[in-house]
Amino acid sequence: MCLPMKKRQSKIDPVTGGSDIRPPVLWDSLMKKQAFENFIYGVFLLLGLITVGCVLLITVYLIISGIPAIREIGLFKFLFGKTWASTAKTPQFGILPFILTSIYGTAGAIALGVPIGFLTAVYLAKAAPPKVKAVVSAAVSVLAGIPSVVYGLVGMLVLVPGIRSIFHVPDGASLLAAIVVLAVMILPSIVNVSITALEAVPQEYEDASLALGATPTETYFRVSVPAARSGIAAAVVLGVGRAIGEAMAVMMVSGNVANMPSLFQSVRFLTTAVASEMSYSSGLQRQALFSIALVLYLFILLINAALNFFLKRSKEA
Amino acid sequence: MSDIITVKDLCLWYGSAQALKDININIPEHAITALIGPSGCGKSTFLKTLNRMNDLIPGVKITGEVRYAGQDIFAPGVDVNMLRKDIGMVFQKPNPFPMSVYDNIAYGPRTHGIKGKAKLDDIVERSLRDAAIWDEIKDRLKKNALGLSGGQQQRLCIARALAVEPQVLLMDEPTSALDPISTGKIEELASALKEKYTIVIVTHNMQQAVRISDQTAFFLLGELVEYGDTETIFSVPVDKRTEDYITGRFG
Repeated sequence: MCLPMKKRQSKIDPVTGGSDIRPPVLWDSLMKKQAFENFIYGVFLLLGLITVGCVLLITVYLIISGIPAIREIGLFKFLFGKTWASTAKTPQFGILPFILTSIYGTAGAIALGVPIGFLTAVYLAKAAPPKVKAVVSAAVSVLAGIPSVVYGLVGMLVLVPGIRSIFHVPDGASLLAAIVVLAVMILPSIVNVSITALEAVPQEYEDASLALGATPTETYFRVSVPAARSGIAAAVVLGVGRAIGEAMAVMMVSGNVANMPSLFQSVRFLTTAVASEMSYSSGLQRQALFSIALVLYLFILLINAALNFFLKRSKEA
Repeated sequence: MSDIITVKDLCLWYGSAQALKDININIPEHAITALIGPSGCGKSTFLKTLNRMNDLIPGVKITGEVRYAGQDIFAPGVDVNMLRKDIGMVFQKPNPFPMSVYDNIAYGPRTHGIKGKAKLDDIVERSLRDAAIWDEIKDRLKKNALGLSGGQQQRLCIARALAVEPQVLLMDEPTSALDPISTGKIEELASALKEKYTIVIVTHNMQQAVRISDQTAFFLLGELVEYGDTETIFSVPVDKRTEDYITGRFG
């Protein structure tokens, strides 16, 4: 806002340039306005820099505190070691179980949550009568606002015993329980972002399809969805981000044991590995937890890059 | 010439506002019928009634009768998708799908169950030739249709409509978003297409109606004021309002 003004000022010399008949009072008020604009601009810049500063701070801190343990343990041993025994006499710090659990858990949540969320979005954006849409949209918003500890609690009380009795396993606290909880948790992001993408599809495309004799359903899936695919991809990536970063709910339903992932076994995620040991950790164990956080952070950065890529593409489309 | 579409006492309401009042009109086949009139006169609404695209607008109520090839198009049990396959439409703004030229043309045939590359290749080529755009874009069939110029996009849309082998082609101000050269091409195309198809075209451009149409219908405030041979309408209009409109006194 203020930069063009600065330029304008520099062109007109207040003494010689400009016009002699300019009333000085107007000139004064311009100076005041400009000073104010510059001030506001500075405030905005400062506020923007706070965010950037936080990101930088976290990044630097994570790298500095995450590197030592990796150095001591060895990158390969740390990332691909299958055993995590941080408090044993000869401690072992292999985080492959956590990495795989996070990947499997997220993939499972996506496999379960995306079809449901995506089809819900298509229905709400294109087919639902206004009243139904209002009710379902409200429900989705509520779902988005429920704290993760509540998801965990309900999962513990309903899902875990349910899995135990349905699949006849000794303990229902398992990867499967975590997947189901995560699938529900990512639904709102997937539904909302997909709806936005689908509603942005120009009506003309759909009209053209209908005028060719396609049914509404054919139109949604062969015209609207392909036209919105970048936005829908962004929705999926956003879901991945939420799922991989979730700690509280999965800790409550996954049993929190550092096993290699298996559907009906207790497992531990990258997030829960950090959260569950941090309070009593010390020494190398503590440093290793920071390293886990660093790995998680790198995952998130990767996902964010993918998200930006898809969002940019969907804007261009 | 026999009439392919006959309309009797057609009334249409958007909610409580009446947009069409007792329209009676017979549209002959293999001819170009132009619908003219000022904005908001109901000509586009009438056009969209013929392939039941108005069904999509909430709150629309229609009375009266529209017969296509003798069949009442509002009768229960009419397959609206088949009706729209038979009565194709070209819109005001070129609206190719955001996919390749080839897929745009093949969309309709695929929708109606045509598979097989050879068959589709044939249809694509024939449709693009019929729309007089084959030579211009035959090397770009795999490119995104949104990269074409506006005039090419509109001819592509015509080709897309032709690909499902319609009997009637409805055109809703197809040249209003185009430059004069592209407009000329579309007009030429329309004149050539009437050999095979029946064309109903809404236009704001009275010279266009004179140039290409055989019949002209003048709409005003939801009424069909006058309908007849284009030459007669533009030389010796019967109704005073028609005369005022075509001589540019309003609209």
